[in-house]
Amino acid sequence: MSRDLVDLITAKHDVRNKKRKLNGKERFWLIFRYVSLTFIWFLIVMPIYVMVINSLKGVKNVYLINAFKLPERLDFSAWSVAWSGTDYFPQSISESMTRTLIFVIQSSIISAVIGSINGYVFAKWKFKGSNLIFTLFLFGMFIPYQAIMIPLVRVATEVGINKSIYVLVFAHVIYGIPICTLIFRNYYEAIPNELIEAGRVDKASMIRIYRSIILPLSIPAFVVVLIWQFTSAWNDFLFAIFLTGGSPKLSVATTALNFITGSSNQVYYGVNMTASLIVSLPTLIVYIFLGRYFLRGLLSGSLKG
Amino acid sequence: MAKLTTNRHSLRTRIGGLFFVLPSIITVLIFVYGMIIWSINVSLTDQNSGRKKEINYVGLKNYTDLISDDRFTHALGNLVKFTIVFILGTLVTGFIMALLLEKGIKGEGFFRSFYLYPMAISFIAMGTVFNWLLNSARDGEAGGINLALQKIGLGFLQNDWYVSERGAMYAMALPAIWQMSGYVLALFLAGFRGIPDDMREAARVDGASESQIYRYVLFPQLTPTLLTVLIILGHISMKVFDLIIGINGKSYVTQVVAVYMWESTFDARNYAKGTAIAIVLLVLIAIVVVPYLRYNNKQQAYR
Repeated sequence: MSRDLVDLITAKHDVRNKKRKLNGKERFWLIFRYVSLTFIWFLIVMPIYVMVINSLKGVKNVYLINAFKLPERLDFSAWSVAWSGTDYFPQSISESMTRTLIFVIQSSIISAVIGSINGYVFAKWKFKGSNLIFTLFLFGMFIPYQAIMIPLVRVATEVGINKSIYVLVFAHVIYGIPICTLIFRNYYEAIPNELIEAGRVDKASMIRIYRSIILPLSIPAFVVVLIWQFTSAWNDFLFAIFLTGGSPKLSVATTALNFITGSSNQVYYGVNMTASLIVSLPTLIVYIFLGRYFLRGLLSGSLKG
Repeated sequence: MAKLTTNRHSLRTRIGGLFFVLPSIITVLIFVYGMIIWSINVSLTDQNSGRKKEINYVGLKNYTDLISDDRFTHALGNLVKFTIVFILGTLVTGFIMALLLEKGIKGEGFFRSFYLYPMAISFIAMGTVFNWLLNSARDGEAGGINLALQKIGLGFLQNDWYVSERGAMYAMALPAIWQMSGYVLALFLAGFRGIPDDMREAARVDGASESQIYRYVLFPQLTPTLLTVLIILGHISMKVFDLIIGINGKSYVTQVVAVYMWESTFDARNYAKGTAIAIVLLVLIAIVVVPYLRYNNKQQAYR
């Protein structure tokens, strides 16, 4: 059985943390490590810091020269402008955010259900050629979506779903099949065969085993897949820009943000920073509260865990 | 073990399994493989707008045209520059982060959580910030990163960033490195911690120094991890799109293959050319990924 990568990463290393007096050399390295880690920490936090402080400086008093300086007084006006727009800043992201939230939740749930069923079969009910088919699935995870985009846009147009946000539900569910199947399959592989051996008689019991044994154990895997699909659909720009054709009526978080920041009108950097922050908040919040599950999804993309 | 149980399945259950995944198989078959073939088909025609009535097959003309297309070779060159700097930079940064953390240190969870958060944020949102901070004004007029560099006495590092042709792609790699280093950290951290402690202890007992332990005991164990990291970074790099658009839009200076494909398809409405570029990208990625998938498939078989 393969070891779980996330458990490996987050395991407490008691042996190495043994409390004892450090000699001079060891103490030097320990300080060196802390200094380096802190330095990297500052670099990593920098962009989010810039977003946050410049979102609190109001609409017009944001200059690059002061990009790293704290605001002299707190001014939340950029937040309301970015959220709902004004006469001099007509774009608002509230509508796009709501639209994104709705489609992302739908696509994540559907993806998780499909992934669970597929993963169950590929892990526990292997049929002739199932490993090959699974590998063919995985290839679909690595392709550049540009290679299918023009036919996909064509089909979406012919069917007429490119006029609604469901086109993105459709795309994320379909192209999410490989990764969702992979995550569930790896999870189910770790469930001992003995647990389901007893019930293995016929097709009927296959469904019953799923319902009574597998499904109750699946909650962590569902969380991983839901979070993964949520984050990747929320952050997706490629499908959104191709399938909605940049239409403002169907703008999602990323395309709206790109439209705001890429517009050639008067640029309000404070509003831009605020909009970026608002668009990043949902995935950040998910990461903050469920980071461990997010990491699991992330690592499964490497096919290793 | 799994093999034995498979043989004991009745025919009905084996087909039962297939029955439940069949919808997905058909979907993937159509929307991945079918559409790739469809794209290849379009790339062999002269379909240069959505409305053109008569479409003729022109063989590989679209591909040969790309070779002599300066904009394409420029985009490809940019992609190569970006890929080299991005992979090396991310690999080194992520590996150093893993080295600093792997022995376990007080506050590890804190550092690790922060190092990984960029992975949860979209390239478009981050691009907005870097677009602003990586401003090319220098010295007296400098702001953002250039000003910060002056302030900490590294003024000589001030740069045009993504504006001028010379260093634009290297500047583009910085935000990408920033965003992806955490991923490499996670993979290497898992790699380090997958090595049994006994191996270190044994080497230590044999009198190996700390650096020798790393050099001769730990690093060789990380070769599979390194391979994974290279493949993952390689395919992400070749697909780079959002990041470029987020920071610098469709500007010629920082155009890469995926952006040029978008421009050819969207703005020029040249679908045949767009698909040809996309297929070139697909082939480049397949060269990297397919051997990895086969290797992975063999590994699975031994489990």
